Amino acid sequence: MIQQIDYFAIAPPLALALVAGLVLLLDAFLPARPRTKTGLGLVTLAGVLVALGFVIAQAARGGPPQSTFCVPPGLAGGPAQAAGLCSFVVDRFTLVFAGMVLVAAVVVVLMSMTELASGAIPVGEWYFLLLCTLVGAVTLPASRDLIMLVVALELVSLPVFALTAMKRYDGRSSEAAVKLFVVSVVSTAIMLFGVSLLYGIAGTVYLSRLGAVFSGRVAAPGMAGDAALATAQELPAVVTVGVVLVVAGFAFKIAAVPFHSWAADVYQGAPVPVAALLSVISKAAGFAGLILVLVTALSGQAATWTPIVAILAALTMTVGNLLAMRQSSAVRLLAWSSVAQSGYILAPLAVAATSGAVSASMAYLVIYAAMNLGAFAVVMLVSRTAPRNELDDYRGLMFRRPAAGIALAFCLVCLAGLPPGLAGLFAKVFVFREIIEGGSGWLALVMAVNTVIGLYYYAIWTARLFTPDGGRQLSRYRPPAAAWLAMGLALVAAVLFSIAPQLVLDMTSLSASG
Amino acid sequence: MMGWIPVALLAVPLLGALLLVLSPHTFRPVLRAYGLFLSGATLALSLLLLVMFDYGRPAEVQFEVDQPWIPGLGLRLHLGVDGISLPLITLTALLTFLCFVYLCWGRARASSQFMQARPRALVFTLLVLEVGMIGTFLALDLLLFFIFFEIVLIPMYFLIGIWGGQGRRAASIKFILYTLLGSVIMLLGLLLVWAQTGTLDIEALSASHGAGMSRSVQILAFVAIGLGLAVKTPMWPLHTWLPDAHTEAPTVGSVLLAGVLLKMGTYGFARIAIPVLPEGAMAVAPWLGAFAVVGIVYGALACLAQRDLKRMIAYSSVGHMGFVLLGFATLTPVGINGALFANVAHGLITGLLFFLAGAVKERYLTVDIPALGGGLLATLPRLGSVLTFAAIASLGLPGLAGFWGEMLALFGAFQPANGLPRGLFLTYMVIGGLGAVLTAAYFLVMLSRVTHGRPPVAGAPGAAAPHAAGPDEGLSAPADDTGTPADLDDRLIRTTPDERPVVPLGSEPGEQPVTPTGSSGDRPAVPLGSTARHATTATLDPYTGGVVPQGPGGREPGSGRATPADDIRSYEVLAWTPLVILILLFGLWPGLLLSLTTPPVQALLGALS
Repeated sequence: MIQQIDYFAIAPPLALALVAGLVLLLDAFLPARPRTKTGLGLVTLAGVLVALGFVIAQAARGGPPQSTFCVPPGLAGGPAQAAGLCSFVVDRFTLVFAGMVLVAAVVVVLMSMTELASGAIPVGEWYFLLLCTLVGAVTLPASRDLIMLVVALELVSLPVFALTAMKRYDGRSSEAAVKLFVVSVVSTAIMLFGVSLLYGIAGTVYLSRLGAVFSGRVAAPGMAGDAALATAQELPAVVTVGVVLVVAGFAFKIAAVPFHSWAADVYQGAPVPVAALLSVISKAAGFAGLILVLVTALSGQAATWTPIVAILAALTMTVGNLLAMRQSSAVRLLAWSSVAQSGYILAPLAVAATSGAVSASMAYLVIYAAMNLGAFAVVMLVSRTAPRNELDDYRGLMFRRPAAGIALAFCLVCLAGLPPGLAGLFAKVFVFREIIEGGSGWLALVMAVNTVIGLYYYAIWTARLFTPDGGRQLSRYRPPAAAWLAMGLALVAAVLFSIAPQLVLDMTSLSASG
Repeated sequence: MMGWIPVALLAVPLLGALLLVLSPHTFRPVLRAYGLFLSGATLALSLLLLVMFDYGRPAEVQFEVDQPWIPGLGLRLHLGVDGISLPLITLTALLTFLCFVYLCWGRARASSQFMQARPRALVFTLLVLEVGMIGTFLALDLLLFFIFFEIVLIPMYFLIGIWGGQGRRAASIKFILYTLLGSVIMLLGLLLVWAQTGTLDIEALSASHGAGMSRSVQILAFVAIGLGLAVKTPMWPLHTWLPDAHTEAPTVGSVLLAGVLLKMGTYGFARIAIPVLPEGAMAVAPWLGAFAVVGIVYGALACLAQRDLKRMIAYSSVGHMGFVLLGFATLTPVGINGALFANVAHGLITGLLFFLAGAVKERYLTVDIPALGGGLLATLPRLGSVLTFAAIASLGLPGLAGFWGEMLALFGAFQPANGLPRGLFLTYMVIGGLGAVLTAAYFLVMLSRVTHGRPPVAGAPGAAAPHAAGPDEGLSAPADDTGTPADLDDRLIRTTPDERPVVPLGSEPGEQPVTPTGSSGDRPAVPLGSTARHATTATLDPYTGGVVPQGPGGREPGSGRATPADDIRSYEVLAWTPLVILILLFGLWPGLLLSLTTPPVQALLGALS
């Protein structure tokens, strides 16, 4: 039987994969000249933009979700059973995540062009690996079976190890890569074990089918006897173990406590664009997978995982914030703060598996992506002249480079969640609203206190931008246009979300489909 | 409809601030005029509001604007003015304008200190601050209120953190963390109200008087919202950020902090906490009253122990805000009217006091009361008399604005709302009355130490002379310069206060020219002409490191003696006169304000009375 593939549905990852191959070929055959570097960057950028164009076209097409790689009705035992047994589905959830990832990718590619200009890093490999990661990140939200999920997640993770280690002969960079590799492999192993347990019980890898089994609508083939999993009481303990292991595996990817310890070292060791990639794209992919598994496949088991996620969220935001308070390095501070932000994103999921909770999480994630990328773009700029990238290097940035200073100040204020950074404020309001409507007052209080802790380090950093630096030499370094473009793009998004947060809500509100 | 005025009130300063960011260099030469113009335009708009307001129905919301902003959150751009918010909006616009006058008028010396250090940023900060303050009083949507409530944090943080005194970093961080913690908890309370009722519209929520919320939810929400407001107000024991922030803030920062920012907390009680959650208010009111009277007494006792003039005024704010909270806690029209009155009066009086403290600091480079050494009325008669006026207004002398609010608040406590324990509130009234006496005590002690007494002899230790222009600041300056033993210093401090008779004006020996000061103790408003003349001669000179050359050569540290040029200057007259006039006006004619607030207060208490 021949599978019908809807090439329009898989066009975004396909385009990215083709461009990845193209970049590798071009790098091999073109002469190694400075112009080639820029050329490869532009080709990559074009590839990302084409993929983004496909995503926009899919979104504009509207209509019902497109799905491909489906189980033919003949094999599933009738059209009724076959409904929803698809591995690749393009619905609004997919589109929002893919769109966000690709826009973030544009910023990351622009940052890479700045980073690669210094010449220590092989260009072709860099862009190839970057594009591979993007293929995974775009595929992951569309994945609707466990195997596809795991493969896509690995596709996001594997190239990042290499990207982290790209700064050759740099001890810190290699250490970071090894650390990331070990942690990631362990997390994958844990998650695979959990996935296999779930598969063993439910006898299917398709998320929609898993959802039906675990909510008790369909009998579980893996269970002794014919008892349907009607209620939580009748569940065997192994399901709980499976759920916990899967959640733990994803918790590694999004750097949630207690699986957070790799974050700071890896962010600091990796080149800045990779740190930005990890903190936004890789994290978004992790959240997409987590939401898919929890909400689509395990919504019937919400009573099992909501307390776990609640505790994870509370711990993640608290530990991340407390660690961030003590940092003197800009990248490490951003690393821990992004851990804390993960906690905020997790928090709505801790309340209920409702569409409102998912949309609050996604809204926060989208806004977080904009403001965090803005901060990283400026950090990247400063790292060109101050390799150690201490917070003290930002003293007086407002006078040396007013545009960068204003951009960073705005993004930090956004991250702290105060006006004029209304985007961050509204993101927090979305989350608070879900938590309070869900009745988890204690989590809301923990988050309130954390907001204040977070403000402390963001405010101190912001204040440093405005303090005179006592005659620091104005460096001769002129950042390329790409750096300014990256910063401007992120800043425009953050400002736009501040003025019209409804845009984000419109995007994310209807996306919590199955 | 006249809805454009509230929008313009926000848009003028906001667009002004944005323009400063977008074209940094265009306005550099005309920065002073720019700031004055924008704040003046805002003041004009608020005066227009005052004129156009329909005084026949002050309980209704007028100049209403209602546009959707974020439908997904149910957030609407809902602005409006009623009898409660109108005086506060005008007060905000006025105080901001006066701050700009203080900074920018002519070649004011106070300004040059600030305007030399990043003038553009200062103008920008003040304008953004104004947007937040006015917006808070205009907002009729819970989340919109919260957003404006938050907008002031960042500008105030920078105002303290950049233009502040020695310990500015710690003070600014403490300020922002404390208030943010409060406001985030308030946000939780607001969202709880929203989750229960499904609307954010303050008007609708007030009209329904808490319908749809159970008693326990109302209590929880009231406590959460009240905590946020109480931090801002500040209520004892959540006040500890206030003295530090005030001590370190620059003059304009202190004025706006005391004059407007604290009002945002108390306004929240009148606008949101009490009308929206009447049952919660009823349950929590005895506690609120208890904290309020503790604050009154605590503020007064803390004031008695202060050596720092600014810190003392800051603690006096804690006491005054205690009266305001006590007024709210009674839940009677009388008490809440009193609270709202005291609110405005405190804004005027304490704003003036901080202006004066700033003026003293500028001249003596210290506000340490013992170091000032007394005799201000003799050395700087006009400044001393205005200080005396503001202090007695603040201590609640009948006939001045400070009196009515406190009197009404105490009177409200005499007969609290039905359902509140009367005996308890009578106790509060008695304690509050004692607090009022203590308030009088510390202000009189302060006056006796600062304005009265013999001015320190030239060259004597223990006195920071006006224009002590040396590099040393504060207390260490005299001892280091003259090398006199410290015990002599102490003796002077101890004997300077109250026993000494007031030195008659004009009996001063030496170079003090006899100026027609008149009976300056009674007449706070200084003759404009003479001061203006003096001031121009003094301030035409460029600001050179703290010394205005009056005689030949600079003045030696410690040997200085105040000359008329050191007394009130023209920009100070301009900045202070409106406040003095308004204090007198509201003191002599309290009905002006009370007639405005009474109907809305009765409406908001509809569920209780």
